[in-house]
Amino acid sequence: MILPNEKLNLKNILSNLENYAPRRHNWTWRKPLPHLHLGTYDYSDTSEPLKNSVPPMASKSFGFIDPQPREVITTEIASGRFEDDIRRMRMAAWHGADHIMVIRTAGQSHFDGLIEGTPQGIGGVPITRKQIRATRKALDMIEDEVGRPINFHSYVSGVAGPEIAVMYAEEGVNGAHQDPQYNVLYRNINMIRSFVDAAESKRIMAGARMLQIDGAHNANATAKEAWKVMPELLVQHAINCAFSVNVGMEKTNIALSTVPPTASPAPDLKVNLPYAVALRDFFTGYRMRAQMNTKYMESSTREATVTHVLNMMISKLTSADIQSTITPDEGRNVPWHMYNIEACDTARQALIGMDGMADLVEVRKDGYMQSKVREIKERAVLFLEEMLETGGYFQAVENGFFIDSGIFPERNGDGISRKINGGIGANTVFERDTDYFAPVPSHFGYNNVKQYGIGRNENPASVIGGSTFEDRRKIQYIDELDPIDNVETRMAENKRYQNGNLIRPEVQWQGDGVVVVDLTLPTSGQIAMAAALEIGKRMNLKDVEVIHKEILHPAEGTRIQIKGQVDFDIDITTLTVPKIPVVLSDAEITAFVKIHPIKIVAATVGEDEHSVGLREIIDIKHGGIEQYGITCNYLGTSVPIDKLVDAAIEINADAILLSTIISHDDIHYKNMKKINDYAIEKGIRDRIIIIAGGTQVTPEMAVKQGIDAGFGRGTKGVQVATFLVNRLRGSEKL
Amino acid sequence: MNQQNVRKDDFESRSRHLHELSDEQLKKRFWELTEQTVKPLIDLAMTHTTPSIERSILLRMGFSSIEAKTLVEKVIDHQLMGKGAGNVVYILAKIDNLNIRTAGLKLIADNGWERVIAHFGGKS
Repeated sequence: MILPNEKLNLKNILSNLENYAPRRHNWTWRKPLPHLHLGTYDYSDTSEPLKNSVPPMASKSFGFIDPQPREVITTEIASGRFEDDIRRMRMAAWHGADHIMVIRTAGQSHFDGLIEGTPQGIGGVPITRKQIRATRKALDMIEDEVGRPINFHSYVSGVAGPEIAVMYAEEGVNGAHQDPQYNVLYRNINMIRSFVDAAESKRIMAGARMLQIDGAHNANATAKEAWKVMPELLVQHAINCAFSVNVGMEKTNIALSTVPPTASPAPDLKVNLPYAVALRDFFTGYRMRAQMNTKYMESSTREATVTHVLNMMISKLTSADIQSTITPDEGRNVPWHMYNIEACDTARQALIGMDGMADLVEVRKDGYMQSKVREIKERAVLFLEEMLETGGYFQAVENGFFIDSGIFPERNGDGISRKINGGIGANTVFERDTDYFAPVPSHFGYNNVKQYGIGRNENPASVIGGSTFEDRRKIQYIDELDPIDNVETRMAENKRYQNGNLIRPEVQWQGDGVVVVDLTLPTSGQIAMAAALEIGKRMNLKDVEVIHKEILHPAEGTRIQIKGQVDFDIDITTLTVPKIPVVLSDAEITAFVKIHPIKIVAATVGEDEHSVGLREIIDIKHGGIEQYGITCNYLGTSVPIDKLVDAAIEINADAILLSTIISHDDIHYKNMKKINDYAIEKGIRDRIIIIAGGTQVTPEMAVKQGIDAGFGRGTKGVQVATFLVNRLRGSEKL
Repeated sequence: MNQQNVRKDDFESRSRHLHELSDEQLKKRFWELTEQTVKPLIDLAMTHTTPSIERSILLRMGFSSIEAKTLVEKVIDHQLMGKGAGNVVYILAKIDNLNIRTAGLKLIADNGWERVIAHFGGKS
């Protein structure tokens, strides 16, 4: 069991992988809690809380509660190095992700067979048995740590779909994208090959009870005017769903990947909500994987986040079994660590914020909604009618029916057209003879088992003593094939970071050194970009690039974000790390003060006009001690010592707070000694607490002057209040 | 742009025949048409196989990805895909009284093919 303050140990994860076995194969949903009482609130749409998590920042004011939505939350990770991905997976799990989707390296769908070992990828990892096994093993540790099963997910597509599906079923991958239309339309893989392969892949996935997600959302991301493909989207979903059910998949293991097709500044809800309702009306019994819109993402992470929150309003107004997240930086780079976390946090915050939506509002079934929903459905039916008239699916694809920028039956003649006998893998489909035989389970289609005396309901693998699905010792595990491009080489390159003493900023890989600088420049866009690059260079950043430009005003200002690399490490053993002060909770302090009222007098003493620091310690609006009900008498600045003590006597104060900023000739310490002596002289020292604070105050030196406590730079009101409460409690005990 | 595939939005006239259908009937029609679209695709998959399917079968039988790739290439070369790659290995194991892996490795080493071909009627 890994401890929260321990790092994942990659060496341990990689050791003995040849003997690793996954805990389970099937998909896991969250355990819903229709009535959850947390803090002072009742929730309606939540699931079991986590054992460990990083709660939202605002939870500080709500007793650090972290209610978890009912929807599974997805994060997509694609750094290209699994050893860095697993660290990010752990962070994401602590922020509420329980569906981790690993993107495949560019070009894997055209790779005719399985890739092995741990080569580095581009925009994703090469999906291999070793990478899957190592990742699944890490996820086992992570799910134990957070106390909730984590679904691991990747892709079953390309020209090696069935083999990948077998490997996933063997290695405990719990969900996968599988949609032959994706192959055909976006990867130009031969359509006959794609559908024949898909049947086998789906059968294997069904056997392992994996969740399938389709690929229809890609039409939305590809189409010129995304909302116009709405009728076609229903058709694409339907083809994959019906094909899957015919192959033997349970409806409840089939999820539609559905994206709200448009985004603001379009009237988001007016377009997206009728579409979402039409889809859910038609696809009863299937699961909904609500994806966020990517089509209109630019470099602004804020703008993307707003779109995504609106997307989740659609999810809550209709339904979503899985809420997928798109990282808000996807419009400008492959997702970085912190944006995966931001996306998970956005989903958790928005979904919990909209808890109980169904009890509050209802989507109308008349007027605009009724006519729009009906129109989308009719357009989809018309699409199917014409597809059949044309000669079926294959012919329709060849005729460019799909991804046309017209809203069907409108057609603009710019759809994606593929040749029935063209594309990658054309002419690689073979007819099965009457004596065709496959001695394995989860095999789709004609299989002459009778010729070998195998019964109809018997496992065909019985004649070979079982397959890898029954006996995983039969799996042939390949460790590495490439002596250079592998995880061991990368670990050796990054060896200096392994004991944790050296650190460098990173966005995706250990030691990548990438930092972002946010600049507001009082000039126009083009000049600001050039200036920003120059600023980056003068800051000694390497490979400086502008990643975001936002016009504040054409002449008055431009906001620029640049990224660049730093090429130094920080040795944490050389750092002076301030100790975290132990403080009482706000509630505990308030409760104490209620029963034991506390009065203090406060002033800046000597010839000293500084007031800001002391006011921050006292004032309620700065989070000062007034918030706990402590009565504060502030006497002002340049107050003589005797006057401060006399005031304390007059109101019978429990404590004196003196602020001393000026430190020339140790005047601050001299004043502390002076106040201590004067309080003794006045006979009140034993019944009053004296506290001094200031930017140059060292706590130990302050106490040496005879007073009770000193507080230095950066002190918060809560620390002072904690000290007061603890001291008063202590004297009570005496 | 394919001019043949250009058409103005004629939704109003084209959808007239759907207007009398209730929402439930429309949904039923949607799924009936989908089933009609999918049926030939399912039939095709029922009766055909591919190199990837056959490799996936060999994986399940206990061969590595590298072995499966070579084996399927050789099955294609010997025009035995219609029998199934798993079937080819199974038959040699039966004829030579070997376990499955040994039979497969033998075929990879280009041994035993003539017996397999003879078994399947000397088609190769």
